[in-house]
Amino acid sequence: MIHKKGAQLYVTFYTSADAMALERACRAAGLPGRLLPVPRSITSDCGVAWATEPCQRAALTVLLEQAHLEAAGIFETEE
Amino acid sequence: MIYFDNAATTLHKPPEVIDAVVHAMTAFGNAARGAHSGALAASRTVYETRVKLSEFFGCSRADHVVFTANATEALNIALFGSISPGDHVITTDLEHNSVLRPLYALEERGAALSFVHADRQGCIDYAELERLLRPETKAVVCTHASNLTGNRLNLSRIGAFAKKNGLLFIADASQTAGCTEIEMEAWGIDILCFTGHKGLMGPQGTGGMCIREGVEIRPWKRGGSGISSYDTRQPAAYPTRLEAGTLNSHGIAGLSAALDYIRQVGIAHIEETETGLMRRFYDGVSAVDGVTVYGDFSQAARAPIVALNIRDYDSGAVADELEQYYGIATRSGAHCAPRMHRALGTVEQGAVRFSFGWFNTTAEVEQAIAAVRRIAE
Repeated sequence: MIHKKGAQLYVTFYTSADAMALERACRAAGLPGRLLPVPRSITSDCGVAWATEPCQRAALTVLLEQAHLEAAGIFETEE
Repeated sequence: MIYFDNAATTLHKPPEVIDAVVHAMTAFGNAARGAHSGALAASRTVYETRVKLSEFFGCSRADHVVFTANATEALNIALFGSISPGDHVITTDLEHNSVLRPLYALEERGAALSFVHADRQGCIDYAELERLLRPETKAVVCTHASNLTGNRLNLSRIGAFAKKNGLLFIADASQTAGCTEIEMEAWGIDILCFTGHKGLMGPQGTGGMCIREGVEIRPWKRGGSGISSYDTRQPAAYPTRLEAGTLNSHGIAGLSAALDYIRQVGIAHIEETETGLMRRFYDGVSAVDGVTVYGDFSQAARAPIVALNIRDYDSGAVADELEQYYGIATRSGAHCAPRMHRALGTVEQGAVRFSFGWFNTTAEVEQAIAAVRRIAE
């Protein structure tokens, strides 16, 4: 059995450095979430993604802009 | 042992650096390879160190701080990634082989080189930069300070020249990073190459480059990056573009602790202390009969280095005498600085280099002065 995560919002990155930068920015801003392996359903990549609740999309989008970070993609899953 | 070879590497490191490396070696997975706690611990430390270095060197983008094994690797990446056949490069006689050999290899591939010459004191005439300029000049590459004489170059002035003429400016901070403040973007530096194990007091195997936003460098090596695995090309985004292969996150953890240590002590305090030791040594030996000191000591700011010879003694023999009878470690010979030795007229004799660091003391300097006097008798 694998635990279901429920609906998730994933942010993927072009570099690991950007992932670390977003984690840092989210921690500073008090936004919830964590880094985890990118689900294969999103990309066949082997990198990390920032995962959080879908309701955080607007706040995350603002934060990405403020931190001058470019996301490779933002995805929602309904798992 | 009294250690005066800090220009080669700082032997004594802050205890915090050693602790950080030991911790990293017991806790870190592979940075940017996976998302388990060990991998993320390494990734976080690597990223935090990028942030610290970007602030330390005045680079506005933390993701444009690229880690390398040392300054030599950083310089190779910078030079081979930006100079093409047909390009003309201006450099100086002060350079270390870490700059010279890549440039000579590029010359064999069709690049052209010009050297700003150093005089017998190891000083350059900045006006020569203008005289060497050609329509095809692509870049200026130079050290911040000679690893032989300690003479510093005015990077801000050279940066202004580079900007005025639309040239790429690559600076080698091997002898000054951690010893004095560096403001790369304010000084007009496009690529700043540094090593972590000298003035920064981090572990060997650490170094890197800070790249100004908008500067494009071709990848020098290609391979695993932890991202875009199905892409046949090296990822384009910095820092991944230039960091193929596993990073030395253990060493980088030590470098991070070293940066914290330097920030806590204060770089101005470090510079004042190291400069004070260097000047005391210079004052003590320069007037000794039979001692020849090289370099320009009228410079207000210089790297903490004093290179000298005693009479016509072989520099290797003097260094051995210092080690065997006085317990003083120095560096003799050519110091990987062939053009500088030619300019000083010391190709045959070499020179004995005393280079001072944060953990040296005035008492050690006094012992070294006494040793030089005895040998010169």
